[in-house]
Amino acid sequence: MNNIFVYLEIEDGIVGDVSLELLTKGRSLAKQLNCKLEAVAAGYQLDGIAPQVFPYGVDVLHLADDKRMAPYTSLPHTSLLVNLFKEEKPQIALMGATSIGRDLGPRVSSALFSGLTADCTSLEIGTYEDKKAGKVYENLLYQIRPAFGGNIVATIVNPDCRPQMATVREGVMKKEIKDAKFVGKIHKLEVSKYVADTDFVVEVIERHMEKSKLNIKGSPIIVSGGYGVGSADNFKLLHELAATLGGEVGASRAAVDAGFAEHERQIGQTGTTVRPKLYIACGISGQIQHIAGMQESAMIIAINSDPKAPINQIADYVITGTVEDILPKMIKYYKKNSK
Amino acid sequence: MSFKIVVLAKQVPDTRNVGKDAMKADGTVNRAALAAIYNPEDLNALEQALRLKSKIEGATVQILTMGPARAAEIIRESMYRGADGGYLLSGREFAGSDTLATSYALACAIRKIGKVDLIVCGRQAIDGDTAQVGPQVAEKLGLPQITYAEEILDLSDNKITVKRRLERGVEVVKGSLPMVITVNGSAPECRPRHAKLTMKYKRAATATEKQEAGNDYTDFYDAHPYLNITEWGVSDIEHDIKWLGLTGSPTKVKQIENVVFTAKESKRLTGSDSEIESLMKELIANHTIG
Repeated sequence: MNNIFVYLEIEDGIVGDVSLELLTKGRSLAKQLNCKLEAVAAGYQLDGIAPQVFPYGVDVLHLADDKRMAPYTSLPHTSLLVNLFKEEKPQIALMGATSIGRDLGPRVSSALFSGLTADCTSLEIGTYEDKKAGKVYENLLYQIRPAFGGNIVATIVNPDCRPQMATVREGVMKKEIKDAKFVGKIHKLEVSKYVADTDFVVEVIERHMEKSKLNIKGSPIIVSGGYGVGSADNFKLLHELAATLGGEVGASRAAVDAGFAEHERQIGQTGTTVRPKLYIACGISGQIQHIAGMQESAMIIAINSDPKAPINQIADYVITGTVEDILPKMIKYYKKNSK
Repeated sequence: MSFKIVVLAKQVPDTRNVGKDAMKADGTVNRAALAAIYNPEDLNALEQALRLKSKIEGATVQILTMGPARAAEIIRESMYRGADGGYLLSGREFAGSDTLATSYALACAIRKIGKVDLIVCGRQAIDGDTAQVGPQVAEKLGLPQITYAEEILDLSDNKITVKRRLERGVEVVKGSLPMVITVNGSAPECRPRHAKLTMKYKRAATATEKQEAGNDYTDFYDAHPYLNITEWGVSDIEHDIKWLGLTGSPTKVKQIENVVFTAKESKRLTGSDSEIESLMKELIANHTIG
């Protein structure tokens, strides 16, 4: 009772990174709250799940193993969580801010009349004082997220309703094994007890899931471009520099909106959060929502024709110039000096 | 045969084009500096609805929006593009709603509209980016949902087939109506305004707007009933007040902070050959690259 629950996303028997990141966060929150960490896996042929998640410190793994539970559809997974949560009464429930978590979370929260905060960038435990009611709440989950296009950061709490629910994007939290040898308990669920036959109303006819070819999150070097790069053609220079340095190409939302780069390259609050060794920002002015997704980079080089671009404030090196001029020079002098 | 489609739409501040004056000195949002626009993905949803309307005989498309009086603008905007009309849900009681209280109010309004075959809306609104209202309206109404829709492929025998665009792939799913569908930004853009429809509907107005314009036009609106935009207050929908507005919102905002990043001391380079060469040498020497 009153534990922390994480919903596991599973594709081809593999637990998604976003879920492992949430387990890592959930583990540290559970320690702070002195409660247990539990995980829910729903799908088919789930025998391989336990060894993937126990090292993250999962005390109890709930398994809903049923052919009809895979692939994911909204209503059966909603019913499973709603009815399980009614029994187990978790205080916190976390899921990925993915196309599954963002389909499932709102529905579960609506059924339980429990607040849900989407796309949190930070989760903390703290106190909340309701001055009007003259009440103080201890040990609430602070659900911290950017709002208004990233111009403000809001801390949201759910004082009275449980579970306190939040979704978090992949890459925002760090993934860290707690104890490779740790083994928790397995709790097998009889799916028909939780899910009604009438929940299976939407049928998946076709499904093409691709393993992401890009690994922006894991790349130590990122060459990223904004609207200031000017054209998709100029973006080729970024690809060339990235290939030379052994990195990946990222993009700001403006560059993606303009069609200079694919959506999956987007870095920022509405894209991927990255922490590379080197981040080269080309023609990126530095809107807050972009900076929030890359500010933890170890080194930042900003290349911009505008010497007053906001991104310059957080850069280690500011190069005033155009992409067409600077990038070929970087490629040339890297090749000349590396051996 | 009638086929009733309701599009849930929202007027939002244009957070994608936030200028320097968007934040006040005290760190609060200067709403006046942001233009109010039609939430982009709701326009994608409207387009899907209009496409169905052209395929299904007797189909109608109505807009439902919750917001202040001026939100009627997006209902008119929808009519210029082919929608038949709309409903504005407005009132103090709805203020301070989080996504759950919003969904409850919208669900009450949909019940009042009556037998609806299909509800479509944008995946998310750009002022919150939560993507919660669509699924929550579906749950409140006890309807199934298909989110992240990119294209409605087929509708026959009361079954709808939809292509979904997910972050790592594509799915085709099929379900029975009635249903809630949330439409992705990758779906086709909405058609532009139609000149004839714009002429026809430019005087479409809510009760509040008619009142503001004076009483001289009463006869005019009686003679042209299609220009009346339905306006509902809290008393027009069957509701339990405890699920509305602030009291109906389980989430509370504890704190709002202006975003401030710690500025670094940066080295400034002009981009000359010698400077770039020494930078690259430095990066290689300290093992940042190479």
